[in-house]
Amino acid sequence: MRSRLFLWVPLALFAFFAGVAGYMLTQEKDEFVESTMIGQPLPDFALDPAFGGLPGAAKGDLVGGKPRLLNIWASWCTPCIAEAPQLEALQARGVEIVGIAIRDRPEDVANFLGRYGNPYARIGSDRISEVQLAIGSSGVPETFVIDAKGVIRYQHIGDIRPEHVAVLLEELEKAR
Amino acid sequence: MIPEIGLAALWLAAALAVLQMVSGAFALKAAEGAVNPLAIYARPAAVVQAFLAVLAFLMLLWSFAITDLSIKLVASNSHSMKPLLYKLTGTWGNHEGSMLLWVGVLALSGGLLAGFEKRLPERTMGATLAVQGFVALGFYAFLLLSSNPFERLPVPAAEGTGLNPLLQDIGLAIHPPTLYAGYVGLSVAFSLAMGALLTNQVNPSFARVLRPWVLGAWVLLTFGITAGSYWAYYELGWGGWWFWDPVENASLMPWLAATALMHSVSVLAARDALRTWTIMLGVLAFSMSMLGTFLVRSGVLTSVHAFAVDPERGAFILGLLGLYIGGAFTIFALRAGAVAEGKRFAIASREGALVFNNVMLSAILAIVLLGTLYPLLTEVFDVRVSVGPPYFNPAGAIFAIPMLLVMAVGPLLRWKSDKPARLQFELALIAALVIGVIALVSFFGQFPLLPLLGLGLAAALAVAAFLPLRGRNLARVPVATWGMVLAHFGIAVSLFGMACEGAFSQERLAAVAPGGTEQIGDFAVTLESVTPVAGPNWTAIEARLAVSRDGGEPVILNPQARNFWSPPQSTSESALLTRWDGQLYAVIGNQAEDGRWQIRVWWKPFVTFIWYGGLLIALGGILAIAGRVKVDVKRRAAVTKGAERRADVEALDVASPVPAE
Amino acid sequence: MIRAVVALLLALLAIPALAQDSMPPAPYAYNQLDDPRLEAEATALMHTLRCLKCQSQSIADSDAPMAGDMRHQVRSRILAGESPDQIRGWLIARYGDYVSYEPEVSATTWPLFAAPVLLLLIVGGVLLRRLGKRRSDAGDAA
Repeated sequence: MRSRLFLWVPLALFAFFAGVAGYMLTQEKDEFVESTMIGQPLPDFALDPAFGGLPGAAKGDLVGGKPRLLNIWASWCTPCIAEAPQLEALQARGVEIVGIAIRDRPEDVANFLGRYGNPYARIGSDRISEVQLAIGSSGVPETFVIDAKGVIRYQHIGDIRPEHVAVLLEELEKAR
Repeated sequence: MIPEIGLAALWLAAALAVLQMVSGAFALKAAEGAVNPLAIYARPAAVVQAFLAVLAFLMLLWSFAITDLSIKLVASNSHSMKPLLYKLTGTWGNHEGSMLLWVGVLALSGGLLAGFEKRLPERTMGATLAVQGFVALGFYAFLLLSSNPFERLPVPAAEGTGLNPLLQDIGLAIHPPTLYAGYVGLSVAFSLAMGALLTNQVNPSFARVLRPWVLGAWVLLTFGITAGSYWAYYELGWGGWWFWDPVENASLMPWLAATALMHSVSVLAARDALRTWTIMLGVLAFSMSMLGTFLVRSGVLTSVHAFAVDPERGAFILGLLGLYIGGAFTIFALRAGAVAEGKRFAIASREGALVFNNVMLSAILAIVLLGTLYPLLTEVFDVRVSVGPPYFNPAGAIFAIPMLLVMAVGPLLRWKSDKPARLQFELALIAALVIGVIALVSFFGQFPLLPLLGLGLAAALAVAAFLPLRGRNLARVPVATWGMVLAHFGIAVSLFGMACEGAFSQERLAAVAPGGTEQIGDFAVTLESVTPVAGPNWTAIEARLAVSRDGGEPVILNPQARNFWSPPQSTSESALLTRWDGQLYAVIGNQAEDGRWQIRVWWKPFVTFIWYGGLLIALGGILAIAGRVKVDVKRRAAVTKGAERRADVEALDVASPVPAE
Repeated sequence: MIRAVVALLLALLAIPALAQDSMPPAPYAYNQLDDPRLEAEATALMHTLRCLKCQSQSIADSDAPMAGDMRHQVRSRILAGESPDQIRGWLIARYGDYVSYEPEVSATTWPLFAAPVLLLLIVGGVLLRRLGKRRSDAGDAA
């Protein structure tokens, strides 16, 4: 009798696989790699200015007083163009946005800001993705909410669409 | 008109698959020895279906050859400026076309089976053809209902969008067709296993029918995987030849199952043992092929080789998997208990060694399957993990090393029962070689454990492979035995290549100004110049590297960094310098701001042995088929002669009554 | 007319928008460490770290700019005296287990390690059952 039951094992294993695979097919394929630094303090960094017009960025600039947004972007990134109006809208609502330009040149940064608007209080230049890797970001653009103590509270992956503005404002409020 | 002919042929073929299935099933209703009148249509249906499916494929091939841009598939995957070879190979460089190739090979193997296999009892043959028709029908439905390759565009496109440049390579002409033929060849093993199980005909004569199909599919898989590995090696530009990527694993799993099946079929044919196990492996091998198709096309796993990912099609294939694999396992569970247990044998016997090999191969298969599917499993719980070489290599080695050791001894053992004491000399020789080589290599430097073990095993296996020939008259050794010797020697050669690549590879990455020289191993590599060049559908920068070994006459290598414009994508074309003792692999990268060029060069000692070994294994399989066919033809000739003589005797002796057949 | 527009849209959609920077790679992205022992450590580590921007490739096998920057991190940290395990830990702290091809035994990965052990037991059991029955007259195999 035991050996008879044994014959059903392949079918049981296959049924288990089919169940898992079937369930996964119904799920949206999530290609994003989320940062596991949420809830952790921002690592130490100090970046040179990305271009002549604004100061560079260091950890100290994101600590104290109020929550801020840390925007990881680049002038060569197409979705960054799409999120520019939303960043301006956030800035208009009194949000302080610190930018980090990834692998970028000063003239390209200046060009981009001239064309698509400048919502930033300061922009650091991260020529070798050092800070990007240190905070667990895996692409551009990404936006992090940093609270007054310098703790990372929220990560938004991809460009900020109009519907995300309210979400970010709420997260900033929560981080207060 | 051409695409419509192709589409019509496909629909007709699908209709014939229904006929084949129904008619084949009627064979089961016939009484023992009788032929059901409705069962006679299965064979012709399978043969005509093969012609139609191949015709459909040829129609698509033609549409790609003339770049018929009114067909959606051609417009979105081809380009009029592409070289003709890549236009043709582009036929299967996409989802629909490769599926049509799959279906074409499926129908062709079904047709060959129906046309040439006359040894099986009618009932078993009918059941086998019914299963084959049922499987084909599902894939026709998939093609016609959700992946029609002949779909027309409302307005012909002005120009095609082109083929992924990584696929614009001779590798695409060789790798997918052989691999597919191997995958789908296993469908015949699947159908035969089901047919034999349904009609309770699991016996040595069934095994002899099954064997050439398994061997053929296995040879094609071996060759396909070898070609694919070499293709990835020179095309991806970083010198890796196996990444344990899900898609690679998807091709390895059917191979592992087929290897186990091939050995268990031998046991069944020679000794009438391992009946249930052989059926299980027959089902498993093709199931792994279908699983691979699902993994590659559904997009549930992330892979560097994945193409044409679409969850909707994934759901369709999963449905087919449920039908075929689920159905087969259900029938297996219900009927396998009725298969009488085969002959028994001792642990120290040829069968014992083959069972050990089978169990180890299955364990490796289980490890690869688990490692491949595990990320999928954790994603259900929103946890993402990566399983890679650091897991597969040691976990696989736990089972591969004992298996290889037994492989060295197994062919020396006698069937049924043997005394290990008889093989004292051989066992001592093998042990001495493993230990001696490991000690010798360790003396010269510190190397990782696995390559070290690999070197020791490779040396022992290379010698052990030829031990079965010891003391025999070489002229009288059967061809099939030569096949086994060659295949086992091929494993040793391949293992040697892998171990050398793992232990002794040298890498040099550097920024070099024109005129500058870099040293790697015995080679001095001088960057002479970098110039722009243009091809039919790409532009490139090409480096001129003068490579000189130990100050000898320099050889020129020309690695390129290509930019394709349709679709816009860049690739690095590596340049290889092949020597008997290894390969120099050179790639040109970007130009730094100071004008120097980034070059990467590897010296990989004996890396080519990996693929030479693969070819030897495949060649061994071909010899085994040739040997079996030769024996079979001889036996058939003898049977015919005997029958003729009997007929003559009967003709002379008219008075005697005709014996009931 | 509508058909023509659809065809045009299809043609446009098929061309992916490529966004790549033109910056030179980080110093250690494509250059080796001078000490061969440290370089060997770094290479071994890089082969087991996953490129986050690629489809299932290690950072040692990728031309993606981010893979280059990750290689730079690995090499410069090795040079600064960190051990490969520390660097792997640093990355896992930022990206989770996904970034490492070398699964570590944890609450989410233990089945991967239990499986080979379980398999060994099953294999041993099957072999004993199938082959052990006539052990008395057979003796021991190699």
